[in-house]
Amino acid sequence: MFNVQAIRADFPILTQTVKGKNLVYFDNAATSQKPKQVIEAIANYYETINANIHRGVHYLSQISTDRYEAARETIRKHVNAQHAFEIIFTSGTTHGINLVASGFEPLLNENDEILIGALEHHSNIVPWQFLAERTGAKLRVIPMLENGTLDLSSLSEILTEKTKVVAVNHISNALGTINPIREIIAAAHAVGAAVLIDGAQAAPHLQPDVQALDCDFYTVSGHKICAPTGSGFLYGKESWLNKMRPYQGGGEMIKEVTFEKTTYADLPHKFEAGTPNIEGGIGLGVALDYLNNIGFDKIAAQEQSLLEYATAKISAIDGARIYGPDTSHKTSVVSFNIEGVHPYDLGALLDKMGIAVRTGHHCAQPIMNFFDIPGTVRASMMFYNTFEEIDALVNGIEKAKQMLL
Amino acid sequence: MSISAIQEEIVAEFELFDPENWDERYQYVIDLGKSLPLIDAKYKTDENIIKGCQSKVWLHADYEGGKVVYSADSDAILTKGLIAILIRSFSHQAPKDILEAKTDFIDRIGLKEHLSPTRANGLVSMVKQIKMYALAFSSKSEQQA
Repeated sequence: MFNVQAIRADFPILTQTVKGKNLVYFDNAATSQKPKQVIEAIANYYETINANIHRGVHYLSQISTDRYEAARETIRKHVNAQHAFEIIFTSGTTHGINLVASGFEPLLNENDEILIGALEHHSNIVPWQFLAERTGAKLRVIPMLENGTLDLSSLSEILTEKTKVVAVNHISNALGTINPIREIIAAAHAVGAAVLIDGAQAAPHLQPDVQALDCDFYTVSGHKICAPTGSGFLYGKESWLNKMRPYQGGGEMIKEVTFEKTTYADLPHKFEAGTPNIEGGIGLGVALDYLNNIGFDKIAAQEQSLLEYATAKISAIDGARIYGPDTSHKTSVVSFNIEGVHPYDLGALLDKMGIAVRTGHHCAQPIMNFFDIPGTVRASMMFYNTFEEIDALVNGIEKAKQMLL
Repeated sequence: MSISAIQEEIVAEFELFDPENWDERYQYVIDLGKSLPLIDAKYKTDENIIKGCQSKVWLHADYEGGKVVYSADSDAILTKGLIAILIRSFSHQAPKDILEAKTDFIDRIGLKEHLSPTRANGLVSMVKQIKMYALAFSSKSEQQA
């Protein structure tokens, strides 16, 4: 049995009132809230073990290094990577994608192509545009269909021997669409291309198995999975990580430095220049333990129930249109508009009622251009949300409609 | 009437609403947004657009008899209502007065959050643009004088 009230008791922020009303937080796809276990881990880090890692010979440095490396191992186990050194700590998904795009620069030339999906977040578009500009490679796009899913019918034409990298999100942030990444990965590997999966929106809802997926890279943001802001990780296959150029130079990432030449450190340190976000990495491990303690099967089941309930309720509102596929092909995101209502107006009025949603283009302007809309209102749910909160949202939408129309 | 006098008038009007009740104030802004005369279609061009992340604003200015006359529009009603309030305060005024005028009366009518850069609705840029037009017209009138 899923005891949502017991779970909510772990999240101090959810108990507060906003503008005199109980907070209804439906902006989870932007960032998740943090359980007290994670908050306490951060405080505990600074109160008891704060020291720089991998360097000191002293007691505190040893403990903080051990905790940080234990978190890496927690992540390795969670995504079923073969080696802990294939897990690179990052500040989040954006960092991970930029790291890979930059690392591929020496490996690409003007005859090569980079393939991304039409459903990408800007952070999985712009770094590849940079790479294309720097190498002369061409950026191509897997088109999308009216139902908000990728159109793979043309894949055999746009994915060719020229394609060197394919970058797609596991789940769309704007619509919640679950992409057929196994199919894309297999097709990409058939032509020898490396595949990066942007897992920012998937990691909160499911447990990725990087070996079963056979992806070459998988990037995750800690802040979306109940971990501290500014934490995250990149999984990369050892063979690719060894071929890639380091992203940033600095301390920690070197083996030997002279003014003539520097040799790089072994994985994962080659990609971890400078003092990292130590408490963030440790907090990320604690967050994964927290989620796994609940169980991703239970989390997914609860979120699917919330999604189905919200979809039914919002669909029943006169003039509502939900963008994206049906509930069996997406995660707990309802991206919608009400006929005749600008998403900004609806979002601003819901805010006055203590309901947090995201409005606008969700950093995915190509999708909004596809539907020819200024944006959508996005309600994104996590396991700690309740059916009563969905009722509050629906009542709020009805009230806003009355005021605006 | 001076800009500050108009702004005091607007503040006095908003004081009639129950401070505990946001609905009334917002309904008033929404109704203003619905009633604002649209900008002349020929000025609703890409050149006059101020792109916010959330909503778009179109702004046009004319210079008539030493006064700046603004007209504007937005695709979002709340933004449009705020525009109506800003235009009421700044339009038909001398460039010098517009340049010196403040917008803190928006805080006093409880709509501060809409004039915040984080809202990205185009209003902050619109206020800047209102002042830019005033500056352009004031230097133009000095040259002519």
